[in-house]
Amino acid sequence: MTVQLDARPPVTPASGSPRQSSGRLSRFDTRFSPYLYIAPFFLIFGIFGAYPLAYTFWVSLHDWDLLGADHPFIGAENYTRLLADTDFWHALVNTLGIFVISTVPQLLAALWLANLLNRGLRARTGWRMAVLVPNVTSTAAVAIVFGVLFGREFGMINWLLDLVGMDPIGWKSNRFASWVAISAMVDWRWTGYNALILLAAMQAIPRDLYEAAAIDGASRARQFWSVTVPLLKPTIIFCTIIATIGGLQLFTEPRMFHSGTNPIRGGPLRESQTLTMYMFENAFAPHYNFGYGSAVAWLLFALIAIVAAVNVLILRRLGGGNRPQKGAAR
Amino acid sequence: MAVFPRRRLAAVALAAATALLVTAGCGGGDEPGDGPVTLTVDVFGQFGYEQLYQEYMTANPGVKIVERGTGTNLDEYSPKLTQWLAAGRGAGDVVAIEEGLLVEYKANPANFVNLLDHGAADLKGNFLEWKWNAGLTADGKQLIGLGTDVGGIAICYRKDLFQKAGLPTERDAVSKLWPTWPDYIATGERFTAAKTGASFLDGATNTFNTILLQTAGNTTGYSYYDTSEKLVVDSNPAVRQAYDTTMDIIDSGLSGKYGSWSEEWVSAFKQSKFATIACPAWMTGVIEANAGADAQGKWDIARVPGNGGNWGGSHLAVPKQSKHQAEAIKLAKFLTSAKGQIGAFKAKGPLPSSPQALDDPAITGATNAYFSGAPVGAIFGTGAKSLKPVYMGPKNQAVRTEVENAVRTVELGQRNPAQGWTDAVTNAKKAAAK
Repeated sequence: MTVQLDARPPVTPASGSPRQSSGRLSRFDTRFSPYLYIAPFFLIFGIFGAYPLAYTFWVSLHDWDLLGADHPFIGAENYTRLLADTDFWHALVNTLGIFVISTVPQLLAALWLANLLNRGLRARTGWRMAVLVPNVTSTAAVAIVFGVLFGREFGMINWLLDLVGMDPIGWKSNRFASWVAISAMVDWRWTGYNALILLAAMQAIPRDLYEAAAIDGASRARQFWSVTVPLLKPTIIFCTIIATIGGLQLFTEPRMFHSGTNPIRGGPLRESQTLTMYMFENAFAPHYNFGYGSAVAWLLFALIAIVAAVNVLILRRLGGGNRPQKGAAR
Repeated sequence: MAVFPRRRLAAVALAAATALLVTAGCGGGDEPGDGPVTLTVDVFGQFGYEQLYQEYMTANPGVKIVERGTGTNLDEYSPKLTQWLAAGRGAGDVVAIEEGLLVEYKANPANFVNLLDHGAADLKGNFLEWKWNAGLTADGKQLIGLGTDVGGIAICYRKDLFQKAGLPTERDAVSKLWPTWPDYIATGERFTAAKTGASFLDGATNTFNTILLQTAGNTTGYSYYDTSEKLVVDSNPAVRQAYDTTMDIIDSGLSGKYGSWSEEWVSAFKQSKFATIACPAWMTGVIEANAGADAQGKWDIARVPGNGGNWGGSHLAVPKQSKHQAEAIKLAKFLTSAKGQIGAFKAKGPLPSSPQALDDPAITGATNAYFSGAPVGAIFGTGAKSLKPVYMGPKNQAVRTEVENAVRTVELGQRNPAQGWTDAVTNAKKAAAK
């Protein structure tokens, strides 16, 4: 830094008197315009993000019947009741279960896909566009189609299982099976998206690192694990956090997966009811208990924060061991 | 926090907040415009009003009617309506309210126009007495809604499947097969033994609700709540009796296990996968919509086992948020008049709640071509005037959901009948307390 300061051309501080007022203006400009430039974001975030967040918290402290005229203040009662609510914990386990069995294979598959796409393929752009196609289809449409594919009696998956002599699976009434079906839906939609993000990061890795590794006799696999993966760490963290937020707020897929009376329960024994569905069930039909639903929303928010922090810690620990020293400076 | 700079934290927070917002979608409402008044009518299922709207618009050139919601499931419709009412905007000018939810809406009458203030008191004689009373608040001072239909119950059955199984197909002979529910089960066992490839009935939950409402109507007069609004799911013999009968049906392997109103249920209609279905009057429209034109003339209607019963039926209300209350009230009165009810019945089959309409030759002589020309007016209408209403408590819908889910778990083999009953009682109590 000292070197740069010394090297600064001496012209800047010397300015004539006619430019003094414009100098003040420009000082004002340099000091405040950055804030003005980013202000729209914070304004919009304040209106659509922070305010609803705070209001939801306020609601969660009341006995708030959606249609009722009075909303008596009850303090933390919604939260204490919620912590003792077995259906809440059940939904939490569902959410985490679906999150894990969807996110882990999804990121691994995305990494593998990105690595394939990073090689010299014919019609490279075509392939790269193709992996994104599932992402542009409507979630509701995907969920309805998958809901039909995974039908108990008329579904194609069970028909295929039958062809190879296996018993049909109750995809909607078996807890683990419904998690798998919903994860399949999530992965089908998001793997390509993550692959593209990882691909972009891969292309930013300097070629000479690979050349150096090749000269040192590293095989392709060794190059992948010792050069590519460590340098992708920040991107993998980004993908994981985005997947965490999406995964823990999973709603449309499991909701549309079920049809019939009260699909919001996610099956007769709440086999695949996620936290957001539980929140909806309480805040809206059939309970219309807005306060209780808001408490679910806040605990979900806390959960996402915790899981995101855990993600960061784990990935930091993982990346720390085999990080090449040169790459770390990037 | 080098790896996790604050800007990204903010972006993440924004993403989280946006996602939360997206999950809480809300309905919009339209502003009053110049020129003709546009009235929005919110319904679910099949109300059969299209022809009546045309007629009304011709008679009232200043009014345009837009309907929303035909074909939607009650479980999709009622949360939306509640959100619109809570938000103070978005609801239609005339809204349909199903009987099971009416008590909940009546608990907060300020959301609706008091129809008694708008000359509705004169219309009392146009409705069955209990139907009229159901629209009144507990103190009798406010009328929330005018009755549309009642749900007299029958059994709809597939003649072609009955023939395949060697059972009688003619509707009077079929009615004679099952004077009681045990006879219905015995017939089902005969049907199942014939191995037609179809189940005897669609699913256990709708049958359960039918038996419950019939039994409750004939005995206690209430189902999950007694008339003092105390939860009696475990002490009302009608609930237990309906549960036990349903368990017998499941035990005998009669159910196709198609979850009511699900995609599979609709597919099962199309693929002729079951032979009978508990059939409130309004169900005839649903069957026609689900089974499609191909099944025309293959269905017929027989009487229900046991004695009568009522399931469903709605009221039309005018939310206070409506900007055209006077016009909306006029339309609601027209749609619930004897003439309106007859028109709806002819279109989609909901049974009138007006004694005048029930006595009208248009109803008594009505037949339904889709159901092999069955005399639907006589089948559903005969018992309608002597129907005994079943009282429904404040959390009826939530409690019913829990009990029917328990039935469903037994049907799917996830629980045995005893466990199912324990679940039903525990979960119902929990739901009622929420």
